Amino acid sequence: MALYSEKVMDHFRNPRNVGVIENADGVGEVGNPVCGDIMKIYLKIDNDVITDVKFETFGCGSAIASSSMATEMIKGKPIAQALQITNKAVTEALDGLPAHKLHCSVLAEEAIKKALKDYYDRHGIQYDPSLFPQEEDCAHCHVE
Amino acid sequence: MIYADNAATTKMCPAAIQAMAACMEENYGNPSSLYAFGQQAREALEDARERIAACLGCTPREITFTSGGSEADNQAIFSAAKLGARKGKKHIISTAFEHHAVLHTLDTLKQQGFDITLLDVHENGVVTAQQVQDAIREDTCLVTVMFANNEIGTIQPIAEIGKICRERGVLFHTDAVQAVGHIPVNVAQQNIDMLSLSAHKFHGPKGIGVLYAKRGILLDSLIHGGAQERGKRAGTENLPAIVGMAAALEQAVASLDAYAAKLIPLRDRLIAGLDKIPYSELNGDRVQRLPGTVNFCFEGIEGEALLLLLDDKGVCASSGSACTSGSLDPSHVLLAIGRPHEVAHGSLRLSLDDTITQDQVDYIIQAVTEVVGYLRSISPFWRDLVNGKRPHVFAE
Repeated sequence: MALYSEKVMDHFRNPRNVGVIENADGVGEVGNPVCGDIMKIYLKIDNDVITDVKFETFGCGSAIASSSMATEMIKGKPIAQALQITNKAVTEALDGLPAHKLHCSVLAEEAIKKALKDYYDRHGIQYDPSLFPQEEDCAHCHVE
Repeated sequence: MIYADNAATTKMCPAAIQAMAACMEENYGNPSSLYAFGQQAREALEDARERIAACLGCTPREITFTSGGSEADNQAIFSAAKLGARKGKKHIISTAFEHHAVLHTLDTLKQQGFDITLLDVHENGVVTAQQVQDAIREDTCLVTVMFANNEIGTIQPIAEIGKICRERGVLFHTDAVQAVGHIPVNVAQQNIDMLSLSAHKFHGPKGIGVLYAKRGILLDSLIHGGAQERGKRAGTENLPAIVGMAAALEQAVASLDAYAAKLIPLRDRLIAGLDKIPYSELNGDRVQRLPGTVNFCFEGIEGEALLLLLDDKGVCASSGSACTSGSLDPSHVLLAIGRPHEVAHGSLRLSLDDTITQDQVDYIIQAVTEVVGYLRSISPFWRDLVNGKRPHVFAE
């Protein structure tokens, strides 16, 4: 059996929504180079709806595929719906990820939420801080 | 497909396949059986042992067959440790970038009260004999230094290290899994007391290897049972694999000069081509290097993505990134030569054999250049490097 599902390989080989949005309404970046993955999500928001989304990812195949799938899942959706996205939903949409790659889908969820929080912060919109849990720290990387 | 992962494993050579097939069809007796058919198998076993000994520069009784390099490393190190402990010597010297078969064995000994010194391997991935000299203590029982590194391909000054160990009366083991069949190895000339090798790294079968131990070194059994291998390694001998290994080793050793003459220029062509990619660097010494092994780091990208896209282009390679190692840290070898984590994640190992052509090398260079360029184009890390938001590690 291959390491990745057909869906993961499709999104890795042909990632959707790759790129940058100049003058984005919200930007979220998670991860760091030491851990070996960084995801950056750019959002264009109009009337509480995500009208455009782009991503850039430094990372492995599943990190690129997770970003691609996550952007597809929120494009054209109301913010309220995008906030409901979970790493589990991203993983399921990709027909699963190997256990040691699940953190890639966690990064995708975190990147989207961070971009939405950035949108709220920039526009002075009140929000419930509990919607944006602290990012997972990098202790899991065992960096000495 | 271009197979450029020969440091992982190799294609079996026809001579080895033929020797194995003949053995399985015509010589399937048990070498321990008394009747003539069994003794015919014993003859084949001892014939293979003699031929392998001749290739290594030792006597047949100094050869013990094992399941491969890892078992040979374990047995050599545990045996030397036991001999040392008897004399109250519990200090072992090794290097920071050994194979895990050595490092994890040393971890086990550390838990048993041994003191382990891991020598620095410098930016060029080469340890010096002087470092070994300086590290030897009254209670040192073993020095174990790999002949050539499996990830970056750098060759260590084995004969010099062996000479120092002889002078100081310390046992010297070398994990020569990447070296045997690729560069000249002679245990007598190179002052080696114990050596591990694995057949599948030189176009022989998988699951078979050798532990050479100089006469007089008492080996400790890892596998208990029957009296095979002079009581040092129980279990019915894997005769087909052993005769396959002998055939492959003889062929590899006989063609070492031609192998180097063909492969080194192609290896250097590959290095020169990959050097043209901006912000990339060769890992390990340019000259003290196996004829077929090339390892690069590329800034701003991650190795697993690189491997998957190279696979799509028909190139089989490997990487020391965390995502390919199965752990969350990148290769200990790249960290040992001082590569920072963020660069070590973007590593690529290409290991060639002598069937490679110049056109294939050029294709690999083109494929790697394209894939690195593409992955950088979607990498926010690379964007930050280009914009000066993060510092480059390498020069352009």
